Amino acid sequence: MWDYCGHSLETARLRGATYADVRVMHMRQRDLTTKNGQVGTLGQSESIGLGIRVVANGAWGFASTDQLTREGVALCAAQAVAIAKASALAKKETVRLAPEGSYIDSWQGPCQKDPFEIPLETQLDLLLAADAAMRKIKGVTLTETDLQFRKIDSWFASSSGSKIHQRRVLSGCGIAATSFKGDAIQKRSYPNSFGGQHILGGYELVESLELLKHAPVIAEQSVTLHDAAQCPEKTGTLILGGSQLGLQIHESVGHPIELDRVLGQEANFAGTSFLTLDKLNHLQYASPIVNVVADARISHGPGLGSFAYDDEGVPAQCIEVIKDGAFRGYLSSRETAHLVGLNRSGGTMRTEGWNRLPMIRMTNVSLLPGTWTPANLIADTDDGVFMETNRSWSIDDRRYQFQFSTEIAWEIRGGKKVRMLKNPSYSGITTEFWNSCDAICDADHWVLWGTPNCGKGQPMQTMGTGHGAAPARFRNVKIGTAFSNE
Amino acid sequence: MSAKSTKRGSAGFGKAAAATQLRPERELRGIIDTVFRLAKARGIPEIEVHVEEVIDALTRFANNAIHQHVAEHGVVVSIRTALNGRTARVTTNRLDEDAFRAALDDCLSLAASQPKDPLLLAMPGKQKYRAVQRFVPATASFTAEERARAVKGACEIAERRGQVAAGMFSTGQSQTLQGNSRGLFACYRQTQAEFSVTMQHGSATSWAKANSADARQFDPQALAGTAGEKADRAQNPIELAPGRFTVILEPAAVVDLVGFLFYDFSATAVRDKRSCLSERMGKPLFGKNITLTDDVCHPEQLGMPFDGEGLPRQRVLLVDRGIPQNLVYSRRSAKLARTKPTGHGFALPNEFGEAPMNLVFGGGNSSLPEMIASTERGLLVTRLWYIREVDPYEKIMTGMTRDGLFLVEKGKVGPAVRNFRFNQSILEMLRNVELLGPSHRATAEESFEMVVPPMKIANFQCSEVTKF
Repeated sequence: MWDYCGHSLETARLRGATYADVRVMHMRQRDLTTKNGQVGTLGQSESIGLGIRVVANGAWGFASTDQLTREGVALCAAQAVAIAKASALAKKETVRLAPEGSYIDSWQGPCQKDPFEIPLETQLDLLLAADAAMRKIKGVTLTETDLQFRKIDSWFASSSGSKIHQRRVLSGCGIAATSFKGDAIQKRSYPNSFGGQHILGGYELVESLELLKHAPVIAEQSVTLHDAAQCPEKTGTLILGGSQLGLQIHESVGHPIELDRVLGQEANFAGTSFLTLDKLNHLQYASPIVNVVADARISHGPGLGSFAYDDEGVPAQCIEVIKDGAFRGYLSSRETAHLVGLNRSGGTMRTEGWNRLPMIRMTNVSLLPGTWTPANLIADTDDGVFMETNRSWSIDDRRYQFQFSTEIAWEIRGGKKVRMLKNPSYSGITTEFWNSCDAICDADHWVLWGTPNCGKGQPMQTMGTGHGAAPARFRNVKIGTAFSNE
Repeated sequence: MSAKSTKRGSAGFGKAAAATQLRPERELRGIIDTVFRLAKARGIPEIEVHVEEVIDALTRFANNAIHQHVAEHGVVVSIRTALNGRTARVTTNRLDEDAFRAALDDCLSLAASQPKDPLLLAMPGKQKYRAVQRFVPATASFTAEERARAVKGACEIAERRGQVAAGMFSTGQSQTLQGNSRGLFACYRQTQAEFSVTMQHGSATSWAKANSADARQFDPQALAGTAGEKADRAQNPIELAPGRFTVILEPAAVVDLVGFLFYDFSATAVRDKRSCLSERMGKPLFGKNITLTDDVCHPEQLGMPFDGEGLPRQRVLLVDRGIPQNLVYSRRSAKLARTKPTGHGFALPNEFGEAPMNLVFGGGNSSLPEMIASTERGLLVTRLWYIREVDPYEKIMTGMTRDGLFLVEKGKVGPAVRNFRFNQSILEMLRNVELLGPSHRATAEESFEMVVPPMKIANFQCSEVTKF
């Protein structure tokens, strides 16, 4: 692989590139699903190829190929340089990259049990058993289970001398029960919706989830929800479970801090951000108990945003995003770092695959734990709603106004969960919401949740991001708006 | 990958700047034959092979300059085996015999690990397809330099207007071949071009987009001009209280909303009781002015005229004057329903079954200006954003307006309005359509391209307002 990297870099140099970096990536994937007791998807795929990014005439060009021959990668490199020269027809400024060291390294992420080595029969038996456990509950009309595994090897080399090999194994697992009755469809998922939990790691994730224990519980809840009270429409106290809070962080902190959005580079598609440059170090983003980091280091946990180096060869870092409620930092790249006074990239450039350009992406954007336990938090709440497991999510293109709904909620009265509520939802304005946070649970209840489906860019790239969160409480939140008929 | 100079390529950018060419069909058919031969040697009785080649290039711009500019070329081979009531699929982009042998072995191994499926059907035999011509050589030969010059033109328009342009211009070509061991063979080629632009005037924005097999069918500078003019009018938005409004949805807004209905017309979704059409087929559900078909051969549609098993896609009348009449069926769901497949199945194995992918809405005779002139008070909506399903059976969708929301008063377009969040049932919405315009191919960001009309709709629920 290094030969292909070196040959393409050399070709780019000879064609006039002043900088180039190249990624050869080999990606293997396995997907298994069941539905109503039968195997649904059963597939495996692999993809290998090379993508090269160059600066020529002061502008960017990128090309990719699956032709891993010396001739193939040379043609690809030449095409990237030609594209860069075409880009220079409509450039305003010459590309400027923050300085970065060169690294020669090989790194492998954590993986106790390689999922590709676990017998398929074992995997399918587990899914079918969980599926059967959900179907035993009367009133359940649809059962689904899901396993996803990926193994990604990448070889990165740059014209400044880096040569970095990384291997990342990613695993995901989830189950869901749906109940159709009368004029409503209710669904419950475990451990999270939209495919479950996802980590940088192996089959140990699946074994830790205890699917067979949780399957009948969520199945029962999907049926019981039909008879639950409708979540009321009011302004009040909201407690969010960890996985829902993870998505809240993703949408209302993670995306607004992407510097490419802030600079208008995503204005046509993913949108911009209310976090204009003047707000850095000046905005009270959240209440003083809120601390958020973007931490790609493996020491933060086995998240979908954990790695050793990003896809432009910058070592993983921990960026302080919100410190004691104050806005402190963006996600940056080598090209954008100097625009916010940084002398180095924050190391957040990531690519979906060999045929996609690296772009600024979330790493593990996490809310650091507080001091409460969930039991204390509920006991301390006189009148509130506890919402769990995302059902829908939406936020405007500058990341101010959001609305989420969840699969299930619980009414809290006098410090106790008193009854189940159906069709819960809440909405708000990002900074008002985060400034209303008055309690965060502790490290014992903090989970690094994986969001595997973050879409951004054109052509669209899907990226996995991590979001550490423990249950937290917010005051004066608009609740129930999604189902209002006013 | 082969690089080819075209008559459009300028000498200054050289051979590698020109568009590359799809491989000859016979070369990809040779891949299918090779896999068949290797499968036969392994005693595999039934095999299906898909080969897909994609050449795409995309130029992105922001702040009146190109900031991303990419190209890709790849071939993917996907193999499905069926043996003793068990099937599985393995996909690779390595095109040598060793890779195909490994893929076949993996396929057999995956399939053998599962219980026998009593409903697994034998692969279909040879089929006949309607011919569609959607490959435009002028699009296929588009170069990086041509896209860059078009983008530069759009950026210059923005600068002349004191605005900032962001957007993208993509051109590409693809071919898909399918064959199976029972003699089925299908192939399809198409080109595709797309231009999208957002014009920003201060904090005001507007947007325009076009998509076609033929890059000559739209004018990037004209689209930039349209968006630019609208961005001027979008300045200084007023804030209105949330509530129910008459809305005039431009075609892009219609596409993104009604696009969320497509999977509800899947027979598998109805059987699984996760469709909003469960127990509602054959009953009045929408207004009598709503008629919806799926028609891959419509002259303004793109896409393969066959499905994931190689069956020809048929024209299906989904909704007839407000009444959902028909679903689409894969071979499996058709057998379960004791009817005929419609050619809308996804590649097997999968749990989702099928879906209509080429929706065509019946239109009307009202032009957009006529809709505006007939409105006492309402909102003109350019596009929508971040639409998600809140309630799957009532089909309540939430999302935001974006890039140009205007008050309509006394038959005229008035000031810009701060963007709203909506929570609106699509079922209710399609009962409240007051006027329809002519239907044409439209494109947006959250759904497939469709043939849709602009719509004037009463009582559209705007729930909350944002800060811009």
